[in-house]
Amino acid sequence: MTQALAAKTALPRLLEGLADGPLVTLERHHAVHGPMPSPQELDRAELVELIADCALRGRGGAAFPVARKMRAVAAARGRPILVANGCESEPLSGKDALLLRELPHLVLDGATLVARAIGAQRVILAVKHSAPERALLERALAERAARAFDDVSFEVFAGAATFIAGQETAVVSQINGGPALPTFQPPRVSERGVGRRPTLVQNVETLAHIALIARHGSDWHNAIGSTNEPGSTLVTVVCAGGTRSVFEIAYGTRLDDVLAAARVDTAAIGGLLLGGYFGTWLPTSVAGELRLSHEELRRCDASLGCGVIAALPASACPVAETVRVSAYLASQSAGQCGPCVHGSSAIARRLEAASRGSAGTLAFEDVRRWTLEIQDRGACHHPTGLGRFVGSALRTFRREFEDHARHGPCAACTAKAMLT
Amino acid sequence: MRGLHGKGDVDVRLRCNPIECDGHGLCAELFPERIRLDDWGYPVIADEPIPRDLEQHARRAADACPTLALSLEP
Repeated sequence: MTQALAAKTALPRLLEGLADGPLVTLERHHAVHGPMPSPQELDRAELVELIADCALRGRGGAAFPVARKMRAVAAARGRPILVANGCESEPLSGKDALLLRELPHLVLDGATLVARAIGAQRVILAVKHSAPERALLERALAERAARAFDDVSFEVFAGAATFIAGQETAVVSQINGGPALPTFQPPRVSERGVGRRPTLVQNVETLAHIALIARHGSDWHNAIGSTNEPGSTLVTVVCAGGTRSVFEIAYGTRLDDVLAAARVDTAAIGGLLLGGYFGTWLPTSVAGELRLSHEELRRCDASLGCGVIAALPASACPVAETVRVSAYLASQSAGQCGPCVHGSSAIARRLEAASRGSAGTLAFEDVRRWTLEIQDRGACHHPTGLGRFVGSALRTFRREFEDHARHGPCAACTAKAMLT
Repeated sequence: MRGLHGKGDVDVRLRCNPIECDGHGLCAELFPERIRLDDWGYPVIADEPIPRDLEQHARRAADACPTLALSLEP
């Protein structure tokens, strides 16, 4: 750890050095972040302890405590396998692609360190087959291999690009040669995953955080953020016209500060979507008070999910946007679980009909009931996420939905879609 | 509930594998105390442990499932 690196606790952390161009070579990566600790400098038990001290949570969307997942896999019978999940199937998110494209060595350092810590020799990097990041990742791996840099073996797995293909069990199913569909748990992938071995699936941003925690320690990590949720996280802010930008923020940052950084005029927005397609709509009025931490968001029934913050302009139609996303989500059901197959298509169709003005306002009562009824009744979170998204839209834009049910489409309904 | 039934007793829960479930609906018929059907005929299981005096009903519902989707879990 160099003095210069030790001293810098402020932001940016993950995105450090990016202003001067992507860190795709090991040389630039090391110039900015310093070398990765060797197994002598950081033994396996130590890393798990550090991660626990940092209260690090997974950045794929479910926010599961990372140390707990690592311990479960390390304790399971058989040599484990690490899967670095870079599939990023949430259409509005752009942070994982950014990491793979511009900071591949940070992700790969984290993967090597975690693999060592759990005793895995094999690391599978799962990305979408369509992703342009694939070639860049291969190049980064070739550079590391040429210098015999890692003591674990890496392979890139190109998976399907559908919405549910990035879900943890669906990724494992594909690697095993199966369909890109979620499976029912138990058995958990932590006990029986790739090749029936204990498998740790971690999002690529989570691994990038670990690369820095291993270098600088937990005191450094915990110096920013809130007490219960220290550290920083990446968010994708989606603005008018669908423009996306990735920011690194400390947990506990005020939402309006993030919007200001993205040059969003809060006076000109009509609603906020937190967490992407599985997320929660909130009225613009909360922006001034809300701080971005899991604890605070839970109080308004929201979550940061994979970090998507969409600011819908006041000129856009929240009803039309919600109808389109729910139709997309219904079309992306794996088709495996009855409540999801029937529930999501019923919700999407009924919502569309009512918003067109041809089903009456009472139709929203059915939709509301169904959004609650399908919660937690699928093998994956698809019905739960869809239910939360639509349910929160009906709460936040109640008046707009009722206006559409009574008078049909509004002038803004035909405007260019922002979220889809 | 735990501990009320004496030594060695463990509360059981009904768990449905939604991928296997085809919505035959026998379970709701056999165990209406805890299972109802949704608008499409799929079971909605009450999220609470099953008391000992209802355990036999729960077991019968699980055994009757044609797709073996329903199981009793400790």
